[in-house]
Amino acid sequence: MIELRHLEKRYDDPVTGQPFYAVRDLSLSFPDGEITALLGPSGCGKTTTLRMINRLIEPTGGQILIGEHDAQSLRPEELRRQVGYVIQQIGLFPHLSVAQNVATVPELLGWPKSKVQARVRELLALVGLEPDLFAGKRPSELSGGQQQRVGVARALAADPPVLLMDEPFGALDPLARDKLQEAFRDIQQNLKKTIVMVTHDIDEALKLGDKVALMGAGALEQFGTPDDLVRRPVSEFVRQFLGEDALLRQLAGVPAGRLARPGDAHGLPQISQDLNARSALSVMLRERVDTLAVTDESGQVSGVLSWSDLERA
Amino acid sequence: MVCLIPGLLTGTVSRLTGTEIPTLGTPLWSLTLQHLGLVLVAEVVVLLIGVPLAVVVTRPGRAALMRLAEAITGLGQTVPTLAILALAVPVLGFGAPPTLLGLFLYGLVPVVSNGIAGLLAVDQPTLDAARGMGMTDAQRLRRIELPLSLPVLMAGVRTSAVYNVGTATIGAALGTGGLGTPIIEGLSQQNTALVVIGALLAALLALSLDGLLGLAVRAEE
Ligand SMILES: Nc1ncnc2c1ncn2[C@@H]1O[C@H](COP(=O)(O)OP(=O)(O)OP(=O)(O)O)[C@@H](O)[C@H]1O
Ligand SMILES: [Mg+2]
Repeated sequence: MIELRHLEKRYDDPVTGQPFYAVRDLSLSFPDGEITALLGPSGCGKTTTLRMINRLIEPTGGQILIGEHDAQSLRPEELRRQVGYVIQQIGLFPHLSVAQNVATVPELLGWPKSKVQARVRELLALVGLEPDLFAGKRPSELSGGQQQRVGVARALAADPPVLLMDEPFGALDPLARDKLQEAFRDIQQNLKKTIVMVTHDIDEALKLGDKVALMGAGALEQFGTPDDLVRRPVSEFVRQFLGEDALLRQLAGVPAGRLARPGDAHGLPQISQDLNARSALSVMLRERVDTLAVTDESGQVSGVLSWSDLERA
Repeated sequence: MVCLIPGLLTGTVSRLTGTEIPTLGTPLWSLTLQHLGLVLVAEVVVLLIGVPLAVVVTRPGRAALMRLAEAITGLGQTVPTLAILALAVPVLGFGAPPTLLGLFLYGLVPVVSNGIAGLLAVDQPTLDAARGMGMTDAQRLRRIELPLSLPVLMAGVRTSAVYNVGTATIGAALGTGGLGTPIIEGLSQQNTALVVIGALLAALLALSLDGLLGLAVRAEE
């Protein structure tokens, strides 16, 4: 578990000496094995918070606990090799092959060569890159989405219990982003890492976050499940930030199949179980019905989805 | 090659100009090797001092030091070669030492400035990732910064070596030998062919050195 206690980062204006708090009195626990989305408007201190966890930025106050350790008690390099880090600009090493990039941390940790090689292949396969095809390529030969996959593989290479991600899917077009988000959710289902994921994309936070920590101007506004934030905002700031269509955004992250239940589907308009619930709602409005038939991958009707089921999303 | 080319060249130039070419005290191939030796020794010293210098001044928080280094090396190139040699002779005497000092000072400029440019060109996200992966400063330098700046640095080394092949001819005036010898002999004996041979050999040496270093860079990639 990662715990932040009264964390603070102050910058003093070099000219006026005026203090500016990028992060102020931030106390927060990131639960083990879950994704916590660190959400907030631009400049609210998300990146600063993330980079204080692996000490790329030194806090000016407060404490960070990683497991039992105080982050300050570890050598920064030691700490960083135990914490995976995916940076926003991807930052692959351009002169090294994909395999060498992924091997970075295991090599720093002095793993034997054969173990590193096996691990690299395993990880490339995990992130959906055929090892034989991609291991020898240079980063410049990859698409943005493929590069980001390598970035994720590199961060996971030494099997760190904790993963820090700064807008990992930010640089991608919507289609590639959706695909990578799905892939990432599947990977996490097996790995159960403790993940802190910075994002300013509300949809992404609601879709991927088991928990969401919403920040505003350096301080925590609300911490809870996506449902908490959407249905039980603690302040006007939270409500406004998520927007009046917050519920629709949440529906967009849920496949219709997950909300469907058994029922009489006779004569109802059909939708695929993979269609997201927001689109299902749109179909209801278009067809002027309040119940839809949901079909499985073979096209067989597997259940029904009603207006009232959407509330369970 | 080194033995063959001077011989061929002498014959050709002699026939073209219709002048008899006197034999020098030292054979041309030996002068060529001497010349190459001077340049290489200077270049090694340039690398041993220039690369660490570029590294030191590009570490974070040393912007002032970096500007100073660039200013001083830049200044080095504006002082005429002859002036440096003239100033060095009273201290170091005649022969190889003052010539090497001159070659070192001239060779240092492109290596340091290209070294700095190459290191500064490594982009921030790459460095950030290296730090985030847990590399120490030394590991980051060796694994990321130096390999990435190598092409720019090597361009500086080529420039430096090629310049110095030319500069080293002046050494003959101080009794250092090298390909300046036929040039100076030719001038004093009013034998143009001899001057041309010295100049041509120096030019050939510069070109082959440039070519070899170019091949080395390409092999590296
Ligand atoms: N080195 C610094 N000196 C002074 N102020 C800084 C420094 N680094 C960051 N800040 C300020 O701290 C605040 C928080 O920055 P941070 O990068 O954490 O924001 P963010 O939430 O990640 O924003 P974004 O979504 O745009 O990436 C910003 O107002 C920024 O200008
Ligand atoms: Mg940021």
